[in-house]
Amino acid sequence: MDTVELSCKELVELVTEYFEGTLPPAERARFEEHLAGCGYCRLYLEQMRQTIRMAGGLTEESAPAAARDGLLQAFREWKGTR
Amino acid sequence: MTIVQQSIESHAPATPAASDEELGLVAALRGGDERAFMMLIERYHGALFRLALIYAGSHAVAEEVVQETWLSVIQGIGRFEGRSSLKTWLFRILTNRAKTRGMREGRSVPFSALRDPADDSAEPSVEPERFDNVNGHWTSSPGDWSEVPEERLLSRETQACIQAAIGALPPNQRTVITMRDVEGWSAEEVCNVLGISESNQRVLLHRARSKVRRALDQYLREE
Repeated sequence: MDTVELSCKELVELVTEYFEGTLPPAERARFEEHLAGCGYCRLYLEQMRQTIRMAGGLTEESAPAAARDGLLQAFREWKGTR
Repeated sequence: MTIVQQSIESHAPATPAASDEELGLVAALRGGDERAFMMLIERYHGALFRLALIYAGSHAVAEEVVQETWLSVIQGIGRFEGRSSLKTWLFRILTNRAKTRGMREGRSVPFSALRDPADDSAEPSVEPERFDNVNGHWTSSPGDWSEVPEERLLSRETQACIQAAIGALPPNQRTVITMRDVEGWSAEEVCNVLGISESNQRVLLHRARSKVRRALDQYLREE
């Protein structure tokens, strides 16, 4: 049985795998055990969650509108040749 | 009822076939339904543009690449068999177009680098000096963002900071974080479109997120 504890420095490298759910069970147990006893790492995890959440808010930034008329025209042309 | 033939090529990674909703859309498109086409554009144009921008030198080129993608869709929809999802097919067209474009303009195209996860040396996610040398514990708090006023977190300036941090990433990391966290795609979808393994994708995502968090951290510490 692996009783070596995870350090904070090691934990931060495993955060993505943890969120993805790809940590093997034993490693995940160590991860969560460390988290339970480490407020700083909990803060770090929360920062990561916020980062991801805020990145998700970026789609509100508008992309230029599609040149719809040209595309519609092309679509109609294609229709005509079907 | 459309019967979809599943690809049984054993060498190809299994990709989820087009959903019933997508197949309905494809059928409508094939039937010349203009509203269906407009709906498709509406649904994906923004994401196509945001991704094209990663590889294009400018907004103008990104718009052109996306336009070309839509034209390819029109030409190819008759042949689309639904073996992959419509979205995967669409975004593969985009990445191919962006690659072709990059090659024509003589720029080294980062897509080829997507298969190599070690494009930068294994940089730690957090500056090493934040941790104790001996036991690897935080030497001080990483910071409590719940103490940051909500308006500041949601402000345009903070958004701009994140945008800039993502924009500064190497293209392959930028692509993965854009697809996963900005666009909200699943890991599987990202891997299917980019043709990379899940672990490769995870490494890129990890590095990208770490850098963006760090940029945000620095930004939020400033008064």
